[in-house]
Amino acid sequence: MFNTISHHSIFVLDQDQALDFYVGQLGLEVTADVDLGFMRWLTIGVPGEPGRHILLEKPGPPAMDDAAAEQVRALLTKGATGLAFILTTDDCRKTYDELVAKGVEFTQEPIEQSYGIDCALRDPFGNHIRIGQIPSAPQ
Amino acid sequence: MSRAVEESNRRLLRARDAMDRTYAQPLDLATLARIAYVSEAHFSRTFRATFGETPHRYLQRRRVERALFLLRETDRSVTEICLDVGFTSLGTFSRTFRAVVGEPPTTYRRRATAAAVPNCFAMAWTRPSSFGEARGGADD
Repeated sequence: MFNTISHHSIFVLDQDQALDFYVGQLGLEVTADVDLGFMRWLTIGVPGEPGRHILLEKPGPPAMDDAAAEQVRALLTKGATGLAFILTTDDCRKTYDELVAKGVEFTQEPIEQSYGIDCALRDPFGNHIRIGQIPSAPQ
Repeated sequence: MSRAVEESNRRLLRARDAMDRTYAQPLDLATLARIAYVSEAHFSRTFRATFGETPHRYLQRRRVERALFLLRETDRSVTEICLDVGFTSLGTFSRTFRAVVGEPPTTYRRRATAAAVPNCFAMAWTRPSSFGEARGGADD
C-alpha cells in the first residue's frame, strides 16, 4: 500500500538557528528551502538519503493561533514533545566524540543497549534526538 | 509566552537532563542551579512550577527507574545496584524504592520482565509515576 515515509515535521523556534544546528553542527543537509509566501518550507535530510525529509516548522499564526503556539513553544522548551527522530551511524562513539567537539549538547553518552549502542542529544529548542549504532538497522 | 519563559524552560530542562545523565553522582542543588543560571531558591521554585515536582523528587525517581532497569536486566546484587544508581545508604535506597514502587527490590526482581526499547522510552515509560501519593505515603 505505502512505499516509504518521505516527510515528517518537527517544531523549531527559529529556522535559521535550526539550520545552524542541524546542518552546521550535526552535518545534515538542506533538501528544500522555499519561500512560499505564507511559510518557509524548510526541510533537511541525511546526506545521501534523498528520499526522507524532516520539515523544520515554526509554530505560529495563521497555522495555529497565538495561544496554541504558546502551548507548543512551552512543551518544546521543557522537553515534553517526545522523541523527534533517531539517526543511525556505523560508529556511535566516534560520532559522539565528533559532535561533542562541535559543542553539541548530549543528554546521554554512548551506552551499550540490548539493541546496540546509542546516545541522545537535544537541539537548541528542546527536541530530543537519538543516535543509534544498531546492528540490525535496515540500510 | 515571553521569550524569557522559554529560555527559563530550556535552562531548567538542561539541569533536568543533567540529572538524567549523571544520576549516579552526588548532585546538589547548587550544582543544578548553576547549570540553569539561577539561584538555588529560584531553581527549586521554578523547577517545580515547570515540571510539577521538586528536583529532589525527580532525581529520586530517576535513580529508582535505573534501579528497576538493573534489577530487570542484570544479576547485580541489590546492594551493588543501590550504589550504582547514586544512593549511599542501603536503608535509604530500600525505603525510597518501596515508597516509589510499592514493593521491595527483591520482590520486583522476581516478577520483572525485560523491556528492549530505546533508552529514552525505558526511562520515560518505566519511570515510576507515583511516589507513594496514591497510598498516602509520600516520602520527600
